[in-house]
Formats: sequence, structure tokens, C-alpha cells
Amino acid sequence: MANSSENHYYVPHCTNWPILGSIGLTTLLWGFIMFLNESANGNYVMIAGAVILIYMFFGWFGEVVRESEAQQYTAWEDKSFRLGMSWFIFSEVMFFAAFFGALFYARVFSVPWLGGAGDEVETNKLLWDGFKAVWPTNGPAELGGEYEKMHMWPLPAINTMILLTSGVTCTWAHHALKAGNRSQLILGLLLTVLLGFTFIGLQVVEYQEAYRDLNLKLSTGIYGSTFFMLTGFHGFHVMMGAIILTVVLFRCIRGHFTKENHFAFEAAAWYWHFVDVVWLGLFIFVYWL
Amino acid sequence: MNAHAVDAHDDHDHHGPDKGLMRWVRTTNHKDIGTLYLLFSLLMFFVGGAMALVIRAELFQPGLQFVDPNFFNQMTTMHALIMIFGVVMPAFVGLANWMLPIMVGAPDMALPRMNNFSFWILPFAATMLIGTLFVEGGGPAAGWTMYPPLVLQGGKSFPMLIFSVHLLGISSIMGAINIVATIMNLRAPGMTYMKMPLFVWTWFITAYLLIATMPVLAGAVTMLLTDKYFATSFFSAAGGGDPVMFQHIFWFFGHPEVYILILPAFGIVSQIIPTFARKPLFGYASMVYATASIAFLSFIVWAHHMFTVGMPVVGELFFMMATMLIAVPTGVKVFNWVSTMWRGSMTFETPMLFAIGFVIMFTIGGLSGLMLAMTPIDFQYHDTYFVVAHFHYVLVPGAVFSIVAAVYYWLPKWTGHMYDEKLGRLHFWLSTIFVNVLFWPQHYLGLAGMPRRIPDYAVQFADFNMISSIGAFGFGLSQLLFVVVVFKAIRGGQQATDQVWEGAEGLEWTLSSPPPYHSFSVQPEIK
Repeated sequence: MANSSENHYYVPHCTNWPILGSIGLTTLLWGFIMFLNESANGNYVMIAGAVILIYMFFGWFGEVVRESEAQQYTAWEDKSFRLGMSWFIFSEVMFFAAFFGALFYARVFSVPWLGGAGDEVETNKLLWDGFKAVWPTNGPAELGGEYEKMHMWPLPAINTMILLTSGVTCTWAHHALKAGNRSQLILGLLLTVLLGFTFIGLQVVEYQEAYRDLNLKLSTGIYGSTFFMLTGFHGFHVMMGAIILTVVLFRCIRGHFTKENHFAFEAAAWYWHFVDVVWLGLFIFVYWL
Repeated sequence: MNAHAVDAHDDHDHHGPDKGLMRWVRTTNHKDIGTLYLLFSLLMFFVGGAMALVIRAELFQPGLQFVDPNFFNQMTTMHALIMIFGVVMPAFVGLANWMLPIMVGAPDMALPRMNNFSFWILPFAATMLIGTLFVEGGGPAAGWTMYPPLVLQGGKSFPMLIFSVHLLGISSIMGAINIVATIMNLRAPGMTYMKMPLFVWTWFITAYLLIATMPVLAGAVTMLLTDKYFATSFFSAAGGGDPVMFQHIFWFFGHPEVYILILPAFGIVSQIIPTFARKPLFGYASMVYATASIAFLSFIVWAHHMFTVGMPVVGELFFMMATMLIAVPTGVKVFNWVSTMWRGSMTFETPMLFAIGFVIMFTIGGLSGLMLAMTPIDFQYHDTYFVVAHFHYVLVPGAVFSIVAAVYYWLPKWTGHMYDEKLGRLHFWLSTIFVNVLFWPQHYLGLAGMPRRIPDYAVQFADFNMISSIGAFGFGLSQLLFVVVVFKAIRGGQQATDQVWEGAEGLEWTLSSPPPYHSFSVQPEIK
């Protein structure tokens, strides 16, 4: 470990990336706004924003990686990165909590109430006469028409195995890194990335099946809403995690990271375990129960 | 690798900031970014204030005078959003940026690049939000709480509203993560958690609240967006959802949010009162525990904002009891402040005046909050001007006064110049008188049944509304004095000493006034 951590904290002197990030983010969202307001060219603006953002990420993280490889960080800065990443993951947990909360609220309160549970007999009689509260449901107005529910077998169960296995390979790679075994590290990480992208591929297959065969859509009442929003945001996070792991894989191939000092690897692994755990919640509450 | 080798390796100019505008755009310095936050907040204070004056001008007399009802609704909505997300939160983050590293003896914030990002999202988000007023159909008009189904009837401004909230949320989360990392990792050797100044403690807990709740708001507004444009039914009973579900999710964010707006204020006041009472803070540990208790309770009281939506009685009871519990730790704080002043050798410079004003008027707001906490009474007061009076007492002579107090308190440290004490005191007295003229009559209006967010009212409410509007213009104009005092101090004035205030204690007073560009390059040892 470097010896200056006692009294020198690395503070970069100035940076261009954040302002570029703000411009990219705003452009992306502005394009989306144009798209939603049905004005022409919204998608081009969105693409421009996304390109700026991707450039910003490469530039910003590239700079940090170079600084890290140049040994400018000590254990002291490393701890800031760790804290930053942990609290970021906590904020992500709370983002998913909002959607899980919506799922629980619908299943425990709003759907039974529409069916006349508790004090809500009149709601049922006067507004939605005859509506039976069962889960899954597309609501008393049967939005989206007849549909079939998504079963937990076979695809979701296979996907669960895939994601859990990828968690194991990820940990295996981490142990290999700590043991200084680079070929096992790269193999483990490569497997993790491949499993991750396989998961996303199978999710795409599942979505196709839902839309084509089951008539289960985003517009299928509260069931479709919660199903697609939860699995969709999760899938997006898996995609992010897989991309992060891919970057880490390339860095491993280039010979980055040491036995003691590999925060980026660990951050990616934490993120990966986080999407893993969210999936378990999804598998239990969205597919199974 | 030692520190000098690192510096030599770096090819940037690092013995001072960039010149001109780019200094502010590219800066990673906590003081520069703190200044940006504070100036942004000051600008937005007048934008949001102008909107408030539109509202009060319209309400000066019964009948419709100046604006049409739709624009009136846009003003109430935008005023709230700007004051919360554009003024109070950025001001607190700005104060945190300036003071936390100095108060804990750190060289800078823990994640300086991200610090720049947190700030520079704000002007874009604010532009997007204010831009809603200029698109077809005008700005959002359904209230800052964005309740569906009303908010879903918004026009082209709707997605702008949603995405500006997302941007503001991203900014706050990054700012909060930075603050937590700074406090946990960059404290000077020997500064244990229980030796941290209270402003640091309250921000520590506030940051936790921000990280926990801003993502929930992001989720809630995302559901609004998909309900409007992508045919989901989160908030539509026809599809099995429930509009009330939005209120639950929103207030799960919203109630911790109101503590986000007040906990740093508690911290500021806990710094100022001991200085000018020349006594250590009474009950330091109990202050810390009280802050933590308030933060914990803030997560289990959200439904007191929605007593009238028809929740099961058990729910109403639970949320009523939990809400009233908050009075206990809050009472601890108020008694501690009073006990700190008890038999102190007090002087009444401007920061102290604002701090004492805070303690008294915040307590008034807290007591009206206790009234609103009682479910059967809230059935009567809900959505009346009583609620408006309550939260404005907490937020204006509460949060805003604390920010103003903090600025007066630390301005000599920041600029190296003493501010004009006479003008400062004048600013205090004008603000205090007018803020009460402005908000006190609104209690009576609410108790008499005047609904909030309505541009016109029955004639029996006329007198109090007129008084309130006079107070509003008086208060608004008095704030121009604040700008004068601040900019006078920036430009010059009597040289401030390092200590600035006779009774001041803490690391920030060991640095020169103004402090060096890099605060504590070598961390001080705390005994």
C-alpha cells in the first residue's frame, strides 16, 4: 500500500466530465420529452444524448482508471469509493422498493378492496359489481383483454438458476483474483458475463412469449403493469451490471488490478449480487406467489 | 508513492483555480461548489418568491383580479417545487459543501468530481422545470404533490415535470452520497462520531434520509409517466390499481423529505446558539439521539398527510400516534436550545437573532403540526389554509431563517469581511414582523374553512387575506436587503478575524478568513 494515505487525500483539480454528463442527460431526457409530446425527431435527440452520455462515462471512468493504475489512490480514497458504491446500491434498493411497494399495495389492499373486502362492500356493489378479487388481475375493467399469467416454470426458473450460477462464478473469479490466479479470474468473469447476457436473452424470449402467446402486456391492468415494470427495470439493471462486468473483464485481460487493490472488480461484483437478490424477490413475489 | 510525486505527475495547473467562467464549470473544489449552490439557491429564492407574490396578489381581494385560475394553479405548484427542490435543499447542500470538510478537518469532499456533477445537474433541471411555463398548456397545475388522476391531465409540460424531478433527485442522491462518504471517511484523526459538530451530525442523518427516499420519489413519478403514456394502471382502479397508492408512495418520500428540509436547520441553530450564549450546547448527546429518532419516525408517519382519503381506522390511529411521538424528540431539541441560552452571556448579533427567531417560530409551526396530527381534527383542517400556515411557519421562519442565520454566521469566514451589522439586524426585524403578518392570519383563515390552492374565496375571508398579502409583499421586499448585505460583504468591509465570533468553537474558526483554497491539506489532530 502507498504510504501517503496518512496525510494526503487525492483531490482532482478540475474536470470536464460532469458538465458533459449534465448536457448528455438533459439532451437524452429532452429527446424523450419530444418523443412523448409527439414532436418529430425526438428519437434523434435521444440518440444524441445517449452518445454524449456514453462518451462521458468512457471519459470519466477512463480518467479514474488511469489515475488508479498510476497509483494515485491509496486506501483512503479507496474507502470513499467503497462508501459511494454501497450507498448508491442502497439508493437502487429503495428505487425497487417503490415498485415492490406498489405490487404489495395492489395485492394486499387495492385489489381486495375493489372486490369488496373490509369496509369496501359499496365500492364493489356500486362501482364494480361482480368483480372478484383474485391475483393476478387486470382489474374490474379487464384492461388489455383476456390474458394468461406468466408461469414460474420453465423460463423464469431456468433464469433463476442462471443468475444464481453467475453469482457463484463471480465469487469464484474474485477468489482467483485474490489468489493471483489470472486465468481462473478471466474464465470466471467471462462465464459471469456470458451467463448475464444469456439471462437477458431469455428475458427477451419471455417477453416475446408474453406478448405473442399469453396476451400479457404492459397494459394488462395492474398485473401487467407490475410484472413488466419490475422485471423490466430489473432486466435493465442486469444489462448495466453485465456491461460493467464486461468492462472489468477487459481490464482483467489487460492486467489491471492487484491481489489487494481491485475496488472496481468488487464494486461490479456487489452490483451483480444486488441484481441477483432483486431477482430472487421478483421470482418469489412476481412469478411464484 | 508520496504526495509530492503525485502532484508533480499531474500536468494540470493546481496551485489555484481556472480563470473566469470555466473555473466554476470545471471546479472540484468544495468551496467553489458550495458557493455555486448558495448563489443558485438565492436566485431561485427570488424566482419562487415572485411566484408566491403572484399568488398573494391574486388573493389580496376576493374575485379574480390578475391571473386566470389555471395560471394560479401553476403558480402554487411551481412555487412549491422551486422552493423545496431549488431553494431549501440546494442551500443546505451548499452549506454542507462549504462547511462539512472544514468542520471535520478534511481537505475537500470525498468525491470531488461527483460533487461538481451534483451541482451542475441543478441548473439544467431548474431550466426544464421553469420551462414548463412556456410550453403549450402551461406548467404543471396539479400541485407539487402531483396526485393522479389530476396530474395526468397535464399537457406538454407533464413529461418535463417528471424528468426535472428525476434530475433533481439524481442530483440530491449524489450530493447525499458525497456527504455521507465525507463524514465517514474524511474526519480528522481523533474526531469520533460523538465529537462531530451538530451541523455535521444532522447532515449525516439527512443524507441518509435523502438516499433512502429520493429513489422512491423517482419510482413514483416513473409510474405516473407510464400510467400516462404507456398504458400501465398503477393508479387506475379500472385496472386494479388505486390513485391513493400514489399518495402512499409519494408521502413515503414526502414525509422524510420534510425532515430533510428541517434537520440541517436544527444543526445550524445548534451551532449558532452556543456561540452567542458563550456556553457549550446543552445536551449534545441527546441532540444526536433526538435527530436520529426523528429520522426513524419520519418513515412511519407518512399517511398523516392523507387522513381524509378513507384509510382503515387502524391505519389512521397508527399514523396519528406515530406522528405525535415525533413531538418528543423535537421537544428535547427545543428545550436543549433554551437550556443552552439559560444563564449564558448572550449577545444578539444577526445570526443569533435569526436563530432565536427560528426557535420560537419553528415551535409555533411544530405546535400547529401537533394539532394537524390528530386525525379527527385533521378531518376539519385538511386542505385548508391552516395547513398552509403550519408548513410555512416550519419552512419560512424555520428552514429559511436557519439558512439566513447560517449565511450571516459564516459569511465573515467565507468572504473575510464582516457584514453590515445594522442592515443585518434591520433585515431580521423586517423579516420577522412581515413573516408573521404574512402567515399568522392564515391560521384563522384555515380554521374558518378557507380551502388552499383556490384563486378566489368567499367575502368573509377578505380581511385576513388582505393582511396576509401585505405581509407577503413586505417580506419579499425585505429579502432584497439580504442581497444587499451579502454582496456588500463579498465586495469589502471590515476585515474579519479568524475567530470571527468571540464564543465560536470548532475547526472552521482555526482557519484564516477567508480560508485557503485547499482547506486542511494536513489534517488537524483532535484531542
